[in-house]
Amino acid sequence: MKDFGFGIKKSGVIDLDKADMSLMREIAAEEPSFLHCFYCGTCTATCSAGKYTGFNLRRLQLLIKRGQLDEVSERISECMLCGKCQWVCPKGVNTRHVVMLVNKKLHARKIR
Amino acid sequence: MKLEGKRLIWKDYQKEIPDDKYFYVRSCIRQNFFPASEHHFLKIMREDLGKDVYETEHHTTCGGIGYHCDVIQLETIMSIVARQFALMTEAGYKNYAVSCITSFGLYTEIIHTWQTFPEILEKTRRQLKEATGREFEIPEHVAHASDIIFKLRHEIAAKAKYKLINQKTGKPLKVVEHIGCHYAKMFPHKGVGGAEYPYVLAGMVEAWGGEVVDYPERRHCCGFGFRQYFVKSNRGYSLSNTHKKFESMEPFKPDMIITNCPGCPYFLDRWQYVIAESEGKTYGENGHGIPVFTYEEVAGLVMGYDPWDLGLQVHQIAVEPLLDKMGIPYDPEAKYKGLEGKDLGKPELPQNICCC
Repeated sequence: MKDFGFGIKKSGVIDLDKADMSLMREIAAEEPSFLHCFYCGTCTATCSAGKYTGFNLRRLQLLIKRGQLDEVSERISECMLCGKCQWVCPKGVNTRHVVMLVNKKLHARKIR
Repeated sequence: MKLEGKRLIWKDYQKEIPDDKYFYVRSCIRQNFFPASEHHFLKIMREDLGKDVYETEHHTTCGGIGYHCDVIQLETIMSIVARQFALMTEAGYKNYAVSCITSFGLYTEIIHTWQTFPEILEKTRRQLKEATGREFEIPEHVAHASDIIFKLRHEIAAKAKYKLINQKTGKPLKVVEHIGCHYAKMFPHKGVGGAEYPYVLAGMVEAWGGEVVDYPERRHCCGFGFRQYFVKSNRGYSLSNTHKKFESMEPFKPDMIITNCPGCPYFLDRWQYVIAESEGKTYGENGHGIPVFTYEEVAGLVMGYDPWDLGLQVHQIAVEPLLDKMGIPYDPEAKYKGLEGKDLGKPELPQNICCC
């Protein structure tokens, strides 16, 4: 194949029929409140870790539900598990449990 | 569906297109990319349809490429455009026919600016007078050359020797129509059918016997995009746009593509070669690409002009499969012969795409 010095760029389109939704399903099975999130961002607004790092729980929930797991794996360890997000969540999502499950599942995948 | 309401909305996107007496301006790049298209527009208009179309060697670039690449200011462009209009005024014409889609968009934008801000028009008049001694009138009608062919499509159909019909199956050819972005996306009411449902090429295809393919990325840009292509480091974006369109149209198995812009046929044609050579993917039948044409070339084929006189040998994607489908005779030996049988030389063949 010829190299022209440029090529087709990866599309930014998210195809939910092809995305890896396994992590979302595993977490929802153990913590059903995960599916109640409506992305209001209250968790992120009150997040202590988010003040000093790039941690954004709202964004991570969205990424998991779109199957974009690379960034999730990179960011999830920045959570300090203080639980403030859980106190303020208007939908009652057990956010602390969600973060712990994500850590656990991703860690298990790496070991496998 | 309320038909009355639909007609009311559609009324805004109709366009008054004079059918005669035009001052014609050529495109900077089309004469290189598709060298016989403009020649055949004039030939069809003057010799086949008996119309009065005037052109002068004194007209220049409209400056549109520089404008859209951010290297020429709008005020300078206005003086260039005013000079073109002065040439039209001096020749005694009031209808302006434009070969290039970007020029058409630019003329539309500038006239709209002058109508909205009369003080800018006066400034341009003053600048042109000081610089060249010329004076100008704004054209009564500005039509893209494809508007005119659209207007005369039934006259062309009446003289047609060939139809956009597969001679072996008797079925209409499946045609992808691609409209240049600057035709109606900026000023929808200046194009036939507006930005979302432009009918200018679809009308030609239907009048000449073909069937228009409606595919998801039909209104997506061809990928030229000026800075996307002219800056080499951005060229991947240009290619990705074209790739997206071809992936979208592929399941519909189009027989051909018809376009009305200088850049679109070039990139839809050449990027098929690049995709084939860098990714190994082809979109036509039996390892071929999908042939891409300008509307003048399609009008010329329909009217029975020789494919090689229409300049179809300079296309990257071989046109022979389409000629075979339409039943148009051609001499393979004459493909690379120039005027008076002069040998033009044969191009090197690509590895991954069949070029006959």
